Amino acid sequence: MEPSALVRELFAWAHADAAGLMASVLALPVLVPLLGALFAFVMRRWAAAIGLVTLLALLATVLLLIPWLLGAGAQGLAVGGWGAPLGVDLYADGLSLAMLLMTAVVGLGISLYAHSYFRADPIREQAFWPLWLLLLTALNALFLSRDLFNLYVTLEILGLSAVALTALAGGAKALVGAMRYLLVSLLGSLAYLLGIALLYHAYATVDLALLAARIDAAPATWAALALMSAGLILKTALFPLHFWLPPAHASAAAPVSAALSALVIKGSYYLLVRIWLELVQVQSDGVATFLGLLGAGAVLWGSIQALVQTRLKLLIAYSTVAQIGYLFLAFPLAAGTGGLAWSGALYLALSHALAKAAMFLAAGNLLRFGGHDRIADLDRVVQRLPLSMAAFALAGVSIIGLPPSGGFIGKWLLLEAALSTGRWGWGIVIMLGGVLAATYVFKVVGFAFTQAEHPHQAQRVPATMEWVAFALAVAAVLLGFLVAQPLMLLEIGDPFAAHVGGMGP
Amino acid sequence: MTPAIIYALTGLGLFVLGLYALIMRAHLLRKILGFNVMGSGVFLVLAGLGQRTPMGGPDPVPQAMVITGIVVAVAATALALSLMLRVVAATGRARLPDPHHD
Repeated sequence: MEPSALVRELFAWAHADAAGLMASVLALPVLVPLLGALFAFVMRRWAAAIGLVTLLALLATVLLLIPWLLGAGAQGLAVGGWGAPLGVDLYADGLSLAMLLMTAVVGLGISLYAHSYFRADPIREQAFWPLWLLLLTALNALFLSRDLFNLYVTLEILGLSAVALTALAGGAKALVGAMRYLLVSLLGSLAYLLGIALLYHAYATVDLALLAARIDAAPATWAALALMSAGLILKTALFPLHFWLPPAHASAAAPVSAALSALVIKGSYYLLVRIWLELVQVQSDGVATFLGLLGAGAVLWGSIQALVQTRLKLLIAYSTVAQIGYLFLAFPLAAGTGGLAWSGALYLALSHALAKAAMFLAAGNLLRFGGHDRIADLDRVVQRLPLSMAAFALAGVSIIGLPPSGGFIGKWLLLEAALSTGRWGWGIVIMLGGVLAATYVFKVVGFAFTQAEHPHQAQRVPATMEWVAFALAVAAVLLGFLVAQPLMLLEIGDPFAAHVGGMGP
Repeated sequence: MTPAIIYALTGLGLFVLGLYALIMRAHLLRKILGFNVMGSGVFLVLAGLGQRTPMGGPDPVPQAMVITGIVVAVAATALALSLMLRVVAATGRARLPDPHHD
């Protein structure tokens, strides 16, 4: 190439780049934790510091996205300038943004906690940070991707890093839990990938937007969507495919339990909602009712199982099974109410992330303090560990759905969607789940007041670990006061609107 | 029956065989092998059903997907095998205990 031509090329490139610079910000929520993970892996001694700086940078990036998207609407970025059919596009609307914000906020809390939690254990600490940052990379990439195959890759990175983090706790229980989690996660991914193969064969694309325009109700399409949904439901641990979740979530280290329950399962749920909204939509009443019934089963079965547990961490894990059920009630309720049911479910997902992270971190404090998590042997922890117990109770308020809390708003929106269309059955499930949740939360709080039969030696719990759990719980309650802003955020780009095209009746 | 259909059916057969092993076999190594057989089945479906471009050449996109999928499968298998060894070291057995039994 002539030198002058080269200069002209460069100028043109720089000029185009200035316009595309703002759009490139979309790639940062993926790039920042990925770089952090690599640095934390190479510079092991600085892993914790690198991790905390990365999380702060990530939160700043996501906060930067908010005013931009609020002003300019949903944004897309063709990475590398290739464009949809061949390249991988990133896309952010209100739904993605809300999930990114949830991940950054809860992620920062978990990171601060993990910094104190692993301080005495440098080997685990050095393994934790790269894996944890990779997990955040995968989640953020999942929330920003529009390409089904790229989403498969993010799902796998998410699953593998989550399994490795689960195994980090060591011990037979955690290892067996991690092994089962890995096999389930791989099975789910392969079912999803087979679905992609069928879709690609039928429509020659795996881009969500292009697929939405091309898709029709052929039998192969239904088979593909059924395979993908089954894989994702398995990964989300929807009843009756939840068997792997309680042992894995309960046996992991406290910050990992919090990450798994608060964030990881939301990844596959988010993807399921996206696929549903873009490709299936509300026309398929039978499938929606089926998913709703599984959700109702999860709410009741998960809550009852939580109630009979004798270990605190298992109780919290079963509570997650129940809360996942609520998220699936939106599928049948969305028919006729549109965005209302989806807003409710997503609001519930956001507040569950905060509240469940707070609960698992508080449980981690109790475990560190007493050396066990037997609920009946909680020895007057209300007086001895008041901040952690307050965190547990406040998070419980949101999980139960008492006003004012994020959980209340989410359940209220779902209830409104059910009652405004005269579907009382779903409404009863929502109420009943709340009553059951109240029972298991108060069971724990009750034992926290009483003296145990076998008093135990108490260990000191670092103040950071207590305050982080408390702050996350307060945030879950605060979500009940700031309703307008999160809902406005969710509305960016109108993610819940019925798309033109899609599979009609 | 076109070759594409034969490939696809073989792939589906492998998927089901692997699925059976993954769920029914107790030994962890057999489960991991089952996962690999399932994966090969999916790759065969992807490559076998890959359409020809209008010019008549093979469509490169499914090939790229298969390559990526193989990389993912290798990483997952490595993690599964090392985790299996740790499970054996910790419990003395290469199978998962009944979750309702502890």
